[in-house]
Amino acid sequence: MAHAYTPGLRVAPDAIIRKRRLLPIPGEVLVSEGTQVSATTEVAQTALPGKVYPVNVVNQLSIAPGEILAYMLKHEGEAIAKDEPIAENKPFIKWFKTQVRAPISGTVESISKVTGQVFLREPPEVIRLSAYIDGTIVEVTPQQGVVVESHCAFLQGIFGVGGETAGMITLAVRSPDEVLTAAHVKPEYKDQIVIGGALAQKETFARARELGVRALVVGGVHDRDLKELLGYDLGVAITGTEKIGFTLIITEGFGAIPMAKRTFDLFVAKAGQKAACSGATQIRAGVIRPEVIIPLGREDESTVHSPQSLRVEFAWAIRCASSASPTLAS
Amino acid sequence: MNPQDLRVILATDCGSTTTKAILIQKLGDEYRQTYRGEAPTTVEAPFEDVTRGVLNAIQEVEELSGRTILDGERIITPANGTTGVDIYISTSSAGGGLQMMVTGVVKAMTAESAQRCALGAGAIVMDVLASNDGRPSYEKIERIRHLRPDMILLSGGTDGGTVTHVVEIAEYIAAADPRPRLGIGYQLPIIYAGNKEAQGEVQRILGDKAALSITENIRPVLERENLMPARHKIHDLFLEHVMAQAPGYKKLISWAGAPIIPTPAAVGMIIETVAKREGINVIGVDIGGATTDVFSVFQETFNRTVSANLGMSYSVANVVAEAGLDNIRRWLPFAFDEQSLRNQIKNKMIRPTTIPQTVIDLQVEQAIAREALRLALDQHKQLAVGLKGVQQERSVSDAFAQTASGQSLIDMFALDLIVGSGGILSHAPRRVQSMIVMIDAYLPLGITQLAVDSIFMMPHLGVLSTVNEQAATEVFVKDCLVPLGTCVAPKGMGKAGERCFSYRLLLPGERMVEDRIPVGDLRLLPLEVNQEAGIELTPARGFDFGAGDGKKVTGKVKGGVVGLILDARGRPITIAKDEAARVQQLQTWARGVELYPEEVTNRGIGESGNR
Repeated sequence: MAHAYTPGLRVAPDAIIRKRRLLPIPGEVLVSEGTQVSATTEVAQTALPGKVYPVNVVNQLSIAPGEILAYMLKHEGEAIAKDEPIAENKPFIKWFKTQVRAPISGTVESISKVTGQVFLREPPEVIRLSAYIDGTIVEVTPQQGVVVESHCAFLQGIFGVGGETAGMITLAVRSPDEVLTAAHVKPEYKDQIVIGGALAQKETFARARELGVRALVVGGVHDRDLKELLGYDLGVAITGTEKIGFTLIITEGFGAIPMAKRTFDLFVAKAGQKAACSGATQIRAGVIRPEVIIPLGREDESTVHSPQSLRVEFAWAIRCASSASPTLAS
Repeated sequence: MNPQDLRVILATDCGSTTTKAILIQKLGDEYRQTYRGEAPTTVEAPFEDVTRGVLNAIQEVEELSGRTILDGERIITPANGTTGVDIYISTSSAGGGLQMMVTGVVKAMTAESAQRCALGAGAIVMDVLASNDGRPSYEKIERIRHLRPDMILLSGGTDGGTVTHVVEIAEYIAAADPRPRLGIGYQLPIIYAGNKEAQGEVQRILGDKAALSITENIRPVLERENLMPARHKIHDLFLEHVMAQAPGYKKLISWAGAPIIPTPAAVGMIIETVAKREGINVIGVDIGGATTDVFSVFQETFNRTVSANLGMSYSVANVVAEAGLDNIRRWLPFAFDEQSLRNQIKNKMIRPTTIPQTVIDLQVEQAIAREALRLALDQHKQLAVGLKGVQQERSVSDAFAQTASGQSLIDMFALDLIVGSGGILSHAPRRVQSMIVMIDAYLPLGITQLAVDSIFMMPHLGVLSTVNEQAATEVFVKDCLVPLGTCVAPKGMGKAGERCFSYRLLLPGERMVEDRIPVGDLRLLPLEVNQEAGIELTPARGFDFGAGDGKKVTGKVKGGVVGLILDARGRPITIAKDEAARVQQLQTWARGVELYPEEVTNRGIGESGNR
């Protein structure tokens, strides 16, 4: 289980990154090709059909399914409010009247004469998709989404938890082998992406959550602390939807492992700059690694066209994560 | 061409990461596997065409064999001298294989039959929905909406029985309006294989919303399963809908001389074919990085299960989560603190393609493999059962020994052969390690032969069995299987050091070996490949070889690259709780079968694996 065939992770000070932003179901694209967007710009939206609730009306009214239409107060396509009667029986004595009330607000989707079920649907939920990174729209797929291109510094971690977020890059340690303790995390780090060194432990996680830190980026964590953070033992590395209060990205692996110097140095160079990051990891076919994307400012871009920096896009570092000594190879 | 006239066969298996090609040729009167090539699978970007990987793998076969198979991007057929092949066949699990959701009315009856049907067709079952599964109906609808399977198998009810429940499930599916995993804008394939009286209603409810196919009921009466029509329909839809939308597959389908089938279905086919031809009970296991497939044939009944999150790389941490860290640690012949072990396992999860670099790494992986195999077999035993809900006629004599319906078909005494496949078993540095890992995980009873798949060619042979059964079984026996040997083990527990059993072994050349084996011993006797010996086993009281407590049995044991293992550790195996005692116990067993190099098994008890 040691050090052969470690994955190639990109650490590029100057890269062109394209992010495909797709809706889960067809909807409307709000931007056009060539539009400049920021991380929070909404680029597409869709209405996700509401949840469906079946109500077994015939059981509640003690009638046969074939008779259901005669007992319905609301019909297919009609709007309903929560607790509004949707069906009732017609007893001789009113005292014995039974009403079936809607458990939700929404519409009557369908009424089945075979099973006697009535399907009610909640109103649609609007999903808005943000650009996630600062950049330019370079491709639009009608009804589905866009591709955003950004000129940026790009760093991949090896594993993360938590979803997309954004904030300012802040260094909380002085060297890549320094452990990020709870004491390092200060109140002014609220809403920021905090860079640590070799390790962060459960006390640091608690402090980051308490202060409202957006993300922690460190060399390693102990699996035991991760288990405590998540509340369960992670079985498969498919993450990104955890609600833990912040996004956690580890760059090297599990254990106390100093952050690779090249990675740390790039964070040092970009301290104080705005960045987007995501802890989403999928270690399966079509691998996804967590990432930090730091758009290049105008000052950065003025250096882009030197031959040396242009090369960087293709010559990313392959990091060999070893507990003894992290090494770099271009 | 007549299947019997095939002389050169080219087969590929398009896996998620690697495409493997093998060449099978008729040499004299027998079929043999001759050359093998492999290349990365090219389903995903930047290539997005599965045939690129197939052509690359075939090119490697061409280079190794000197045979010209390709004319540009066309496979030359038929064979002529050193050019071309007579048939090209393939299996596929690229893009995550076939992912299905199944439904039934009663969880233990039609829903379980639907699950067996889909698994036998080579699918990963993402969820099993039933009217009585305990979930509120809105939760079922949400589940259907979010899963995005490749297809749904809708079953329920016996023919002529009530239609309400199965129609209700069809209504749930219609309300959820699920979308297929691949191909935006396509309709989701749904197979209806339930009560035939409900076909009209199901057609009315789902006909416009999905690509609905109707086939025979998988449970026409409670006493009988009828899984084959629905399985064939799954394979048809797999080709028409799922694979046709995967990049490059239309071209691949046009090349193949037989229908392309899901990889696990092909593995099941070869195991079932061999078990039926030889008249034996078999368990086959394929332990991969993400999943573990278990196949069994007992009393000619085939079953397959897939444990979707038990594996040696992508799912390695899930094995620990399910088995518990203590169950992993019990197999480690050295001390290892929890934090270091946890971190090591998680590092394997995030770097899934790493391979062990030290003996300690290897021992940790083999410990995890034992637990993954054990858990996967436990899951298999729960599904490989007789039909539940069947009325049983009982006589007075049954009054004292009544058994419920739905008993597991897996009988370890009746088991003849265990076949292991997957990197951890096929590529262990010492074959005895594969054998011991399987013995520790499965705890075979009586006399059981063990083997491993040499180069993972079971899928190729499975699809070949659909074309030429003789060729498939010949290659399976001669080139695919590496016989490890035989394990002899009684059921029962006893006090360490007391007599467990005695044996008399009649070796070739009339040579006789006999001895007494004390409780707690694990021994290895040489018995080579193709050697067979007679054995007489006399268990002590409290131990059973299948004939009853303390009763003598005789039988035959086959040799292999490892030999004959005499396992008197008892069933279940008792491992010391105390760490020092456990380390000593495991090292003694390891020494008994030469599990690791001598310097490793003689490592000091105080030494730890911590780093």
